[in-house]
Amino acid sequence: MQTEGHAVCLPEDIDTDVVIAGRYLRTKDRSIWATHVFEDLDAGLAPRLKGAVIVAGKNFGCGSSREQAAIAIREAGVVAVIAPSFARIFFRNAVNVGLPLIEADISCTEGSPIKFNLAQGWVDVAGKRHSVSTLSPRMQEILAAGGLVPYWRRHR
Amino acid sequence: MSSLSERILNAPAGEYVDRKVDRAFACDGTGMLALEAWKNMGASRLAGETEFSIFFDHIAPANNTTAATLQHELREFAKSSFMTFSDVGGGICHQLMGEGVVLPGEIVIGADSHSVTLGAFGAFASGVGATDMAAIWLTGETWLRVPESIGIHLEGRFAGAAEAKDLALAYVGELKTDGATYQAIEFIGDGSKNLSVDERMVLSNLSVEAGAKAGLFYADDVTVRYLKERGHAVKPQIPESCTYTRDLEFDLSDIVPLIAVPHRVDTIKPVDELAGLPLDQVFVGTCTNGRYSDLARLARIVRGKKVAVRTIVVPASAAVLAQAIRTGVLADIVDAGCTIGTPGCGPCLGAHMGVLGEEEVCLSTANRNFKNRMGVGGEIYLSSVATAAASALEGEITVPEVA
Repeated sequence: MQTEGHAVCLPEDIDTDVVIAGRYLRTKDRSIWATHVFEDLDAGLAPRLKGAVIVAGKNFGCGSSREQAAIAIREAGVVAVIAPSFARIFFRNAVNVGLPLIEADISCTEGSPIKFNLAQGWVDVAGKRHSVSTLSPRMQEILAAGGLVPYWRRHR
Repeated sequence: MSSLSERILNAPAGEYVDRKVDRAFACDGTGMLALEAWKNMGASRLAGETEFSIFFDHIAPANNTTAATLQHELREFAKSSFMTFSDVGGGICHQLMGEGVVLPGEIVIGADSHSVTLGAFGAFASGVGATDMAAIWLTGETWLRVPESIGIHLEGRFAGAAEAKDLALAYVGELKTDGATYQAIEFIGDGSKNLSVDERMVLSNLSVEAGAKAGLFYADDVTVRYLKERGHAVKPQIPESCTYTRDLEFDLSDIVPLIAVPHRVDTIKPVDELAGLPLDQVFVGTCTNGRYSDLARLARIVRGKKVAVRTIVVPASAAVLAQAIRTGVLADIVDAGCTIGTPGCGPCLGAHMGVLGEEEVCLSTANRNFKNRMGVGGEIYLSSVATAAASALEGEITVPEVA
């Protein structure tokens, strides 16, 4: 699993309608979600997400249960999302599709390098280390398996 | 001493538990992704003890070939796996689960964020995404972190034109969109006993807009009577005193008609501050306000008059529609110039029928007014049915008259 990337800064209360709009939901073509991710926030954002670590404000992923939101972010090439808090369904969805989330309140500088280690619970932002809370053991297992589908393929 | 969530999940707040799910449901949108995940898990048989359902409500009827094809696959799966299945026109998952299905004390998981609606029955009801649902189909269980609880203490009765939706907007406005994140909300106090099941469903429904994992009422005489009428004998749940992380108090008689302004559910203003704002569309329906009592209230206000703006009314279920036909409520609504959509979610999520044009303004009885949700460039204001009805007659935001 990749554990570093460049920061892309986003505001607080990003809702899942803004992550991927309702008009793009009825398909199973993941490339469509990756292309239109965050379109209503910033139509030029999607191409800049490859290898990015999103650093957002509080309550990231609020609103609908649409898992397409977490898939869209991952498929666009985002390495992880860091925010002070996440909406709980988005939190589960992200882990379930293998997108690492880090609960931390850090200031964001666009493009600055970020490294993280989820098991050890730290994030390096522009060379400065922040300790962060770790995920529950179950969530770490699911993430380590690459998501809930591979987790259950193995544990069934 | 425990909260209702702790009692139902049988563990103290903060603990991670695996629990058997009594009822699990998905809709057309989340169901198709859940089916794909389920197949990819290598699964072939549903878990034994859970009651599974699939409801077609989000894009129903299908709006294009892709949606229809995906729904065809999910419909075949639901039938071949002997799930309870509700096709196009049956209604919204949360409403159908609330028409005498969900019982007090159950653990209910829905693949839709507004599954919290069913906390109105004293059940622990919460939303998940598609892959979590697939895992429940496979195992009949899910993991949960037992939530801490916020207490919303209610006193008195509604006065004037205020209704449950106004109280719901009031508490979301106070908690803000993340005020209850990772937590449950419990509605308690004498005022809660004065609320009908429909009104409780409105208050539980909006709890997710404050980030809550669940929004629960204790089952009482009102719940027992409602479920008895639908063939179930249940007992009331007696509240224990417990410590809440936060306490909010509302006297229902103080609540006035409110509106959530674009693009946040927690930005709340009294209706009179916005009076006169021109509207392009009024929408009455959804899992918040599409029940029979809502349609009856709308009919009472528009009866014998004509709406001044296009007004789309979508009953929450086929049973709601049938009752509105039998009682004449539907004729009053149509005679007043409103139009009726297929029971389901309607334009709420902006995926089909009733989306807004650029710069159009809609007053909706739904629960979300996020940017572009009902169409790119459209603006959504959220209100009660009474406010929506009064505003439809004037074509602009209007303070409802006292009933």
